[in-house]
Amino acid sequence: MITPAPAPPATSPVVALCGVGKTFGNGVVALDGFDLAVRAGEFLTLLGPSGCGKSTALRIVAGLSAPTRGAVEWSDGGAAADQRQIGFVFQEPTLMPWATVAANVRLPLRLLGLPADASERIGAALDRVGLAGFAQAYPRELSGGMKMRASIARALVTEPKLLLMDEPFAALDEITRFRLNGDLLSLWQALGKTVVFVTHSVFESVFLSSRIIVMTPRPGRVFKELVIGAPYPRDERFRTSAEYAAWCRMASDALAAAMARGAPA
Amino acid sequence: MSAKPAPDERQGRQLLDRLARILLPVGVLALVVLAWALVVHLYSIPPYVLPGPRRVLETMWSDWALLSDSLVVTLVTTLEGFALALAGGVALAVLFNQSRLIEYSLYPYAVILQVTPIVAIAPLLLIYLPQPVAVLACAWIVAFFPVLANTTLGLSSVDRNLADLFALYGASRWQVLWRLKLPAAMPFILGGMKIAGGLSLIGAVVAEIAAGSAGAGSGLAYRIAESGYRLNIPRMFAALLLLSAAGIVIFFALSLLSYLVLRRWHESALAPDR
Repeated sequence: MITPAPAPPATSPVVALCGVGKTFGNGVVALDGFDLAVRAGEFLTLLGPSGCGKSTALRIVAGLSAPTRGAVEWSDGGAAADQRQIGFVFQEPTLMPWATVAANVRLPLRLLGLPADASERIGAALDRVGLAGFAQAYPRELSGGMKMRASIARALVTEPKLLLMDEPFAALDEITRFRLNGDLLSLWQALGKTVVFVTHSVFESVFLSSRIIVMTPRPGRVFKELVIGAPYPRDERFRTSAEYAAWCRMASDALAAAMARGAPA
Repeated sequence: MSAKPAPDERQGRQLLDRLARILLPVGVLALVVLAWALVVHLYSIPPYVLPGPRRVLETMWSDWALLSDSLVVTLVTTLEGFALALAGGVALAVLFNQSRLIEYSLYPYAVILQVTPIVAIAPLLLIYLPQPVAVLACAWIVAFFPVLANTTLGLSSVDRNLADLFALYGASRWQVLWRLKLPAAMPFILGGMKIAGGLSLIGAVVAEIAAGSAGAGSGLAYRIAESGYRLNIPRMFAALLLLSAAGIVIFFALSLLSYLVLRRWHESALAPDR
């Protein structure tokens, strides 16, 4: 039997949402009194049913959406404007279909006006996600999993401190998803980034995360925090272990309780 | 044995399909020309009523000096009108996209210009403008709207996530336009160009006809009108044939351009190999 591990020593948060609320123009309250502190180096997952505001929370961290109430606090003093700090991976690969993979990965450097060592950085970024041979391919020539790898390479090319991922693997088949889960964990360990990951999959969240925030729907609030104490590296053996199953049951129970608390789905 | 046809067999079928696409229309053309020649021959129709196909070709040969000059005049007008329509349509669409106020102020007039029949505008233009300019203006008026409408649609059909991505990296307005909106609009712009190419030819022809005998110009449409007055029916047919050929060449040239620009990434230009 496993017990929830104690929270790791509180390192200073990279970014914190304090009492954040978001009400959309049509009156839908997506988030209300949402508190979240993202700690340096952790793999944090927001887990909740669709419509619980987890994507909205991620967009607010990214500065793509402004909170209606509350504040976003960055540890290094309002660095939200420093776009280099953040990499964002969308639900879809979101590649420019008219540009090669290399040009897609180069885009953030272009937009930020970063220096001319670009081609080395692009090569390195593609190498990291296993797309070294595909720099000159066009997105339509790639499989769904490879497009998502290109999207991750693009998010990493600016070497951001914080990587935000909005259900990036939701549209992929299970085999591809498992492989990308594994590769993402290796990348996270190798690069020492802080990751905030959004998913509605209990299994994915447990496999990946060092900490899971379970959210209630309508309005989105923090329901429960689970610290997944299983050591990294985690591999396919972990995915079939009794320990993993126990964690999944715990997360699944928390999710069910959160949904019972919220409005009927 | 697999259910799929062998590669050889499939290739053979593809080749057959491609041949059919060329040979069938050519066959239809041959049949129509043959029927035309037969009718003229059997009923002994005089050439000033309906010339046979052979007579038309002979006239094209004998009048080539005159007709080719006219062809060049009409083509130059058409291409100038098309180029101005492309530049004007895209520029105006970009302007509309950047400023709501400008769009609200000007868009209704673009529509009015489009829905008023060009045949009715041409005589007016001929009063106020020197003839070559009036002809060019007609070609421009009919051709620019499809470019404007398509480009406007294209500029506003950008993927929302991509727009967010550009915002995330603090892209300037110019970068969003140049690196995101214009490339995303490219298939739409090319579609508008295909329509505009044919329309600019129509505009040029309409204006030349409207200028009629008063015109000092000597485009193909002017030749048709002039030959009509002189009952030189074979020359009318020859000029019509050239106009039609010019339209076909313009269409295929623009289709080829569209294919070359889009073939690496857009669904419309992909080979149907599945």
